[in-house]
Amino acid sequence: MQTLTPILSTVTAAFLASLVEVVEAFTIVLAVGVTRSWRPALTGAALALAVLAALVLAFGPLLALVPITTLQFAVGALLILFGMRWLRKAILRSVGVIALHDEEAAFAKETAALHRQAGDRRADYLAGLASFKAVLLEGVEVVFIVIAVGAAHGQTLYASMGALAAFILVMLVGLAVHRPLARVPENALKFVVGLMLTSFGIFWTGEGIGADWPGADLALLAIFAIVALASFAMVRWLRGTNPTAAGGLAR
Amino acid sequence: MNVIRLVAREFFGMFVDDGNLALLALVLVAAVTAAVKLLALPPLVGGALLLVGCLAILLQSVRRAARASSR
Repeated sequence: MQTLTPILSTVTAAFLASLVEVVEAFTIVLAVGVTRSWRPALTGAALALAVLAALVLAFGPLLALVPITTLQFAVGALLILFGMRWLRKAILRSVGVIALHDEEAAFAKETAALHRQAGDRRADYLAGLASFKAVLLEGVEVVFIVIAVGAAHGQTLYASMGALAAFILVMLVGLAVHRPLARVPENALKFVVGLMLTSFGIFWTGEGIGADWPGADLALLAIFAIVALASFAMVRWLRGTNPTAAGGLAR
Repeated sequence: MNVIRLVAREFFGMFVDDGNLALLALVLVAAVTAAVKLLALPPLVGGALLLVGCLAILLQSVRRAARASSR
């Protein structure tokens, strides 16, 4: 159980976080492919994946040179920032303080922009650039998540498998439905991922400063439970005090 | 060069949304680390402080955002 806990939590965190990012990138690539043509859409996406691969190859080996406690501390601190940012946004979206991310709206916005550029002689280039930027920007987050949740415990391979599974799932579903994946419960996913990444961050920062957590890796589950309970309590409390609060758990 | 700037900006944006939350979280990590390394605070107590501190910072941030939106 103590070995399985970090592996399962690593794969799950990488899968769910990557799922959110890949869905967002897919929406833009699909908009380019459907509105303009598949050539710039796929060329832009492929170039972005090549840049991401180059980034991983350039910076990945450097991580092996960093002592493990230093790596855990640095990655833990970054995960606290990253996870709390997601968690904050998910809480605020759950209570209706900020609007939910809407894939249909993102698709419509991108499609409208591509239609406006249709008369431009650089239309193919601009369409390819849109696809490139979407995959690159969402991909940077996936790369960070894989490295962050994987590197501190030497589980980059498991984290990569989680991210790859998310990529394959989105591609399969996306190719089948051929439209934006608007029914993915993005905010619920972001909520869970925010909880997981914040918990990872606290756990690893603690290990980085020398904390010998009771129950070793199982302490991660306890931290997750405490952060989850506190976050749900915040949602409940904000719904009670904020008149604009949404009813039910926002997707 | 534009690509590098784009990636750098995205990377920075991954960690900083509410600047106050990011700053407080960094101050918390630095203070707990200093207390453990320089004042001999037991590391496990430091870990517990991190957990409580992160939740307090999150609560402060969402409360402030909710208040700002209802104004």
